Amino acid sequence: MTVEESENETILDRGVSYEDVRGRLFLAVCVAASFFGIAMLALLLWDVIATTYSAIFEFGVNPRDFLTQTSSRNVEKAGFYSAIVGSLWLMVIVSVIAFFVGVGTAVYLEEYAPDNRWTRLFEANLANLAGVPSVVYGLLVLGVVVNGAGIGPILLAGAVALALLIVPIIIVSSIEALRAVPDSVRQGSAAAGATKWQTIRNVVLPAAMPGIMTGTILALARAIGETAPLIMVGALFITTRTPGPFDRFGAMPTEIYTWAAQPERQFIAMAGFGILVLLVVLFSMQGLAVYVRRRYEVEFGE
Amino acid sequence: MSETDENGSEELITTEVQPKNKSARKDVTGTVVDVEELDVWYGDEKALDDVTMGIDENRVTALIGPSGCGKSTFLRCINRMNDQIEVCRVEGGVRFKGKNVYDDDVDPVALRRRIGMVFQKPNPFPKSIRDNVAYGLRVQGRADYTDIEARCEEALREAALWDEVSDQLGSSGLDLSGGQQQRLCIARAIAPDPEVVLMDEPTSALDPVAESKIEDLIDKLAESYTVVIVTHNMQQAARISDKTAVFLTGGELVEYDDTQKIFENPDDDRVEDYITGKFG
Repeated sequence: MTVEESENETILDRGVSYEDVRGRLFLAVCVAASFFGIAMLALLLWDVIATTYSAIFEFGVNPRDFLTQTSSRNVEKAGFYSAIVGSLWLMVIVSVIAFFVGVGTAVYLEEYAPDNRWTRLFEANLANLAGVPSVVYGLLVLGVVVNGAGIGPILLAGAVALALLIVPIIIVSSIEALRAVPDSVRQGSAAAGATKWQTIRNVVLPAAMPGIMTGTILALARAIGETAPLIMVGALFITTRTPGPFDRFGAMPTEIYTWAAQPERQFIAMAGFGILVLLVVLFSMQGLAVYVRRRYEVEFGE
Repeated sequence: MSETDENGSEELITTEVQPKNKSARKDVTGTVVDVEELDVWYGDEKALDDVTMGIDENRVTALIGPSGCGKSTFLRCINRMNDQIEVCRVEGGVRFKGKNVYDDDVDPVALRRRIGMVFQKPNPFPKSIRDNVAYGLRVQGRADYTDIEARCEEALREAALWDEVSDQLGSSGLDLSGGQQQRLCIARAIAPDPEVVLMDEPTSALDPVAESKIEDLIDKLAESYTVVIVTHNMQQAARISDKTAVFLTGGELVEYDDTQKIFENPDDDRVEDYITGKFG
């Protein structure tokens, strides 16, 4: 063995240096951090499922009755149906309001607005708006819509509060989706003799739509789980009627909130069942968003 | 510069360049675009300096010059694509069939409906091949093409792409190769039968085989259209163009003449230096 070879061997040796130890420690910390999140989610799911189990087998809650009976003060007659219908109505109205306001604003800001100081200030503040606590939107709607316009604590007011809450999120994600459409495509359309409106309608919006839809679905999922703004506009309402847009109402999160605050243990167990239903809805929406993104995403090969 | 050097470089050009036959071209009937004393600024920076030139109908006119010499800017003045750049300011005249396109009563959209454009990077829309080609006809609401499908086939044949895509017209234009995408963009530009086709370095993003196909195609297009092409590639200009305009730094049009004259015996020394690779 020559001197050179032996030197090489020492260089290539798998040593246990100080840096190696630090590297491994860092890896361990990162793994532990990721497992913390997963463990918490597992714990939550376990708790919810265990509570649902006790609701069904300990308190004899019939799942079919649970999903078909309306809200009630009587624990034996209480069910989740009116809350589910309330949440579905909210979802429909919120998506209509928030989609048009959000996407309209995004298209204006990204495609039409001049790139000046005011536009940039406006866009920067959208992010701040998205960070405003949800209860503030509830108070705003309580003051301006419920009492100010005098429509009362009806479902429509709750929908307005939730729509206001998620409009900034939809605007920001729609702007991102519009920016992802390369300028060369807009120029190609203009050069083909299209007006600005034709370019936006025929080329830009279709290309950005998968991104816009994904952002909108995720924002809706957030709205549907919100409790505080609904409590503010008076959704802690127990009625045996299923609500329409102009009725007083309860929704899934507020019903869960009400039940969890009751003294009867059966109500608390039913709250767990309600959370399970809400989680299933939320996970389905997240899954739908992922599907839309994967299935319809446009690759421009830039 | 010695005598032999000069001969050597001249030979280099003439041997490498194999001009297209350019025989099928119609007679020049006059100019279709006349540029008069055109100045263009981007903010305070002057991009074009007092450019005057006429572009012959049914001919291929090449614009060459080093990067930043204003040749693309010139091209984009013809169909007013520069309008989309906020800081861009244009003075002087660009006459399309006698009408100054910068007059107040000219609608740039209407102008672009008569002047097609192909860009440096292929930019097909995320739509089917059929919808890409039909795009111009559809947005222009053209009543003269009742059979859009038939016109699309015609345009794809003119763009030498039909044989490769005739069985997949419904698939996305983005699934094609780079060279095919560029020919699709050419088909899209010529489908509404424009009078002028502007090309901004249409082959610079393509491999040599695709480039050669596009050059053949441009040669053919000149039978029916007026083509103005910006190119970095001097051999390309020599091969496909009838007339060549040489821009040099500062946005100055240094020489504009028959391509053969420009490449074999230019008047201006700077042009000769540029063409022989001593400058730019």
